[in-house]
Amino acid sequence: MEARDSIGAFGQRGAARPLPSLEAPSHRYGEKLIKVLLGACALLSVVTTTAIVISLLIPTIGFFTEDNIGITEFLFGTSWAPTFQPASFGVLPILVGTLSTSLWGMMFAVPIGLASAIWLSEYASPRARKVVKPVLEVLAGIPTVAIGIFGLVFLSPLIDDIFPFMVNVPPFSAGIAGLAIGLMIVPIIASISDDAMRSVPSGLREAAYGLGATKLKVATRVVFPAAISGVIASLVLAGSRAIGETMVVLLVAGASPNLTFDPGSSVLTMTAFIGQTATGDISTGSITYDTIFAVGSLLFIITLILNMFAIRMVRKYREVYE
Amino acid sequence: MASQSPTPGTERARLATAGARAVTLDSLSNQPKSDVWKGNIFLALLLLAVTLALAGLAAIIIQAAVEGAPAFSTKLLTNGPSTVNPEEAGFRPALVGTLYLILGVILLVVPLGVSAAVYLEEYADGTKWWNRTIELNVQNLAGVPSIIYGILGLAFIVRGPLDLGFILAAGSLTLALLVLPTVILASREAIRAVPPSIREGSLALGATQWQTIRRQVLPAAIPGVVTGVILAISRAIGETAPLLLVGAATFVTFNPTFLGDNGYTALPVLIFNYASRPQDEFRILAAAGVIVMLIVLLAMNAFAVWLRNRYEQQW
Amino acid sequence: MHSDGPNDERGLSQQIAVTREPEQAGEDIWAKDKVFEVNDVTVSYGKKPAVRDVTMDIVRNEVTALIGPSGCGKSTLLRCLNRMNDLIPSASVEGEILYHGQDLYGHKVDPVQVRKMIGMVFQKPNPFPKSVYDNIAFGPKVLGMKDIDERVEKALHGAALWDEVKDRLDDNAYGMSGGQQQRLCIARTMAVEPEVILMDEPCSALDPISTGKIEDLMAELKEQFSIVIVTHNMQQAARVSDKTAFLIVELDATDENRWGQLVEYDETGKIFTNPQDSRTEDYVTGKVG
Repeated sequence: MEARDSIGAFGQRGAARPLPSLEAPSHRYGEKLIKVLLGACALLSVVTTTAIVISLLIPTIGFFTEDNIGITEFLFGTSWAPTFQPASFGVLPILVGTLSTSLWGMMFAVPIGLASAIWLSEYASPRARKVVKPVLEVLAGIPTVAIGIFGLVFLSPLIDDIFPFMVNVPPFSAGIAGLAIGLMIVPIIASISDDAMRSVPSGLREAAYGLGATKLKVATRVVFPAAISGVIASLVLAGSRAIGETMVVLLVAGASPNLTFDPGSSVLTMTAFIGQTATGDISTGSITYDTIFAVGSLLFIITLILNMFAIRMVRKYREVYE
Repeated sequence: MASQSPTPGTERARLATAGARAVTLDSLSNQPKSDVWKGNIFLALLLLAVTLALAGLAAIIIQAAVEGAPAFSTKLLTNGPSTVNPEEAGFRPALVGTLYLILGVILLVVPLGVSAAVYLEEYADGTKWWNRTIELNVQNLAGVPSIIYGILGLAFIVRGPLDLGFILAAGSLTLALLVLPTVILASREAIRAVPPSIREGSLALGATQWQTIRRQVLPAAIPGVVTGVILAISRAIGETAPLLLVGAATFVTFNPTFLGDNGYTALPVLIFNYASRPQDEFRILAAAGVIVMLIVLLAMNAFAVWLRNRYEQQW
Repeated sequence: MHSDGPNDERGLSQQIAVTREPEQAGEDIWAKDKVFEVNDVTVSYGKKPAVRDVTMDIVRNEVTALIGPSGCGKSTLLRCLNRMNDLIPSASVEGEILYHGQDLYGHKVDPVQVRKMIGMVFQKPNPFPKSVYDNIAFGPKVLGMKDIDERVEKALHGAALWDEVKDRLDDNAYGMSGGQQQRLCIARTMAVEPEVILMDEPCSALDPISTGKIEDLMAELKEQFSIVIVTHNMQQAARVSDKTAFLIVELDATDENRWGQLVEYDETGKIFTNPQDSRTEDYVTGKVG
């Protein structure tokens, strides 16, 4: 038989084969080197974070020591005019400007994003989902400068016509900037919340239906609460993106550091301040240069806290359901 | 009726079944009216929200296309920018600049990002603190605002330790750092999608870990990795804020080069500049630029999605 | 650690039971070439033991079956024999496993080298997402072997797969049936010429016909290889194996910790017809499990 003969060719019967050695034939330095090199690439992320912290920290320390700006003046001062004479460095107006645009953005994006997520996860047919979700994700990739232009030349005049109180100084307004930011973060909320809700085990839904719950009740009282940590993570990440957004506010929010949450008012945000001031030709070590980094530090700390919180929430729902 | 039935027994059974069915149907259809309309209103609201989201985002594209249409001509691609003559202005140096920027990003980010992802997925022992630190760093960096990367680029790359000056390579490096975490996360996902049984099968044959990764895991993960990398890099094309800080100056009428020290620009930066001018002609030009940028982006995205559908392995 | 000569008194350990009396014929069934000597082995995941205090010898050119209810640690034990457990960071092995007298977990031992000699076939067929040819050629190629074409053909003959696939060596292995895929995995293992083949429930994902083919194959394979097979199917163990080890799940008093334990290890015929331990009898006669 052909097959048998060929097996026979392996010929390992009996003790003819010498005792095999279990030791490695070589040191395999190559394998170890590769691991080290790959690890070094991964370590680059730690290096980047360190570099960010150092590059922010040194000028910020300079800002508070050499430039002699008091920390309380910076954090609680209500007037922001770093390039004027006399200069004032109260960060509150631009902090509030940032919070204002982000808040108006969230007001728009949270209900729409969450409703989209519930629809995607609980109501949409597989076919509709297969189209809508990638489309949303592709649209999430629209450059923010394009969204800003849309806010400036389309949303702003449109809303000014309908609700004049929304735009006090045409075409700039915190509310319109918020609306444009909202458009930008809707896909983030929808996509991440949808993932979280879909990772809720279907047994939970079936149990609720078995008890006679309606689809509405299953979606809002069973699935949504079960996915809550993922939903919160999506909101926090979206908030962090809104706070860090630069181009939209640079184009739409105007540039007046007004300490107000009024959606019709023009505001200056932290990112917009950095973007408009740091356009390259300021000299290292000048007070303006240091100011940019001090504001950058504050922005970094705020988004860092939000991101860490979101990462923990995402881990939580992954631990529970995956 | 009863007389037509063959036996009283079957008739009784039929009646009983019919009765039971009627009761069940009744109880099913008599779901409280309020529940029915509540459910319908809720669904209507959800659909409204989805429509709003999609319409709003689509409006960005449509509006730019409509507004930019008058400026649409090959001049956009062949002419340089102009502050005085919007009719003749175009995006050529900015397009070339963006092309170089992205080329640099790809060259830097693909090897670094995929290597880091391989390390984190295949080698790193997740119980060790240093690996957890790396992992947390990657996740967190993915959420750092892009303007902060601009600050990093300004303080570390343009000036400071690297001291490259305001050259295109500095912008490229800045953008590379910006998209690196996203590339790592996407590549990790693709590598993780390769089932452990493939690794076990290879190791059980006496292949070393690196042989297993290079010859089994990576080939199987490549479609996913490429898709993720394209999506991540397409984000870099539209990034504007960090470039403002690392010297993408606006009026460059010549084609930039990697290391040339007389300035460079990029497509989104020039669009931003045109858009912030008050004259309508420049706004039209900006809208046309947006369309050029979106066409590039959507083409890349579509290619990535096609690639995923074409080569995705069902395990 | 438990020092161990060939005539060590294993009976002392509470867990039994390797019956060492010579058979009526006078032949010492344990005196053949030993491939593995497992001495007092405990495998733990983290702090929890998965299988405890196993002592058994595995003989060359035989099929040795590990049977027992799920959770008895039979797969865990199997995976220790070619150090596949190294892939799970929390797994640890205490005790001693000797492979031809060499400590498998010795300081200088290289797991890659171990796996070259001790191959493994898994529960679910796991061909590589490549052509039939490349699936088999992969092993010999990475091990730097020569005459790849010849080896591929030989291995396919050996796994009784040649006639079915000789015309589609370039087709993707994912297009094959489950049974063919599993025989491909066996062929792939044979191609690197190991001495031992470990099989972890190789037929559990297959239909009866494919299972029959693989069982037939095993009977041929043991001429060339030593085979250790884990199976939850007692009939299969009875059909294919020369010796059978029966493991059970033990619980501690609090009912919180459970681990596997070897109850009885003997010739397959004895295990199924005349077991020494009542727990084995209950299991093989279907009273429990």
